[in-house]
Amino acid sequence: MGNISYEFPVAKDDFERAGEASSKIKKILRQLGMDSGIIRRVAIGAYEAEMNLVIHSLGGVISITIDPESIIITAEDNGPGIEDIELAMKEGYSTAPDRIREMGFGAGMGLPNMKKCSDDFIIESVVGKGTKIVMKMMLKDGD
Amino acid sequence: MKIKDIRDVLQAEVLCGEDLLENEILYAFGSDLMSDVLAFVKTGTILLTGLVNSQVIRTAEMADINAIIFVRGKVPDKDVIDLARESSIIILTTKYTLFTASGILYSCGLRGIEASKV
Ligand SMILES: Nc1ncnc2c1ncn2[C@@H]1O[C@H](COP(=O)(O)OP(=O)(O)OP(=O)(O)O)[C@@H](O)[C@H]1O
Ligand SMILES: [Mg+2]
Repeated sequence: MGNISYEFPVAKDDFERAGEASSKIKKILRQLGMDSGIIRRVAIGAYEAEMNLVIHSLGGVISITIDPESIIITAEDNGPGIEDIELAMKEGYSTAPDRIREMGFGAGMGLPNMKKCSDDFIIESVVGKGTKIVMKMMLKDGD
Repeated sequence: MKIKDIRDVLQAEVLCGEDLLENEILYAFGSDLMSDVLAFVKTGTILLTGLVNSQVIRTAEMADINAIIFVRGKVPDKDVIDLARESSIIILTTKYTLFTASGILYSCGLRGIEASKV
């Protein structure tokens, strides 16, 4: 079986459509008949990444690649980048302004959640360029 | 606890998803922070929240939550209700505040999710 791959553009500040990419990803995995536990982990990781693109970035792309061993979610944006990744990864750290907090975001739990949902988690960022996150979830027999 | 019993004790109104009233709820979680919901909630949980935007529905969808109670008499816009219907989520609205609604459900035997155990 060949790899399956999809890309979804995500626009900055587009709260109307925020979550659509993750919703589509969830539906694709359901149609493939995958186990509900791994679908949930992928959906939560993708959604946290998607919301970060909407809230904190200048826009970017979420993509999913499914191969026989794993599901890989990648979130790549066009800036502004993260200065201190270690700090950003801390539970509770958030720079979200009040208008974002009023919408239910800004707990500073998104990046830690993504890491928790992944078997393998990579974050790279260059200030002025952008941030790239790769989450890999391994498929087990039965998924 | 069945959702229809939760509806009765909270004197809540069902806004969509009536077909789920017979479903059994195992835990409840009250929060206005979506990432906390995504971090702690397990399936079989009912979410109590004071937020009524579409991100609440998206969050529930991702976390496999199929029941939401809006507190303080809040009613979401029609497009939010439509999104919940599409996602097969039942929505209730109660006039009780988050604290009071949670207390009523606790006294009926429903329990929360312990953050340390997840
Ligand atoms: N794609 C990104 N581009 C720039 N900065 C980012 C990006 N993603 C995260 N950050 C920074 O890292 C911080 C922590 O992110 P994290 O997702 O953990 O929390 P949050 O988005 O602030 O709140 P929550 O995810 O709990 O709603 C953010 O507040 C922001 O400063
Ligand atoms: Mg976040």
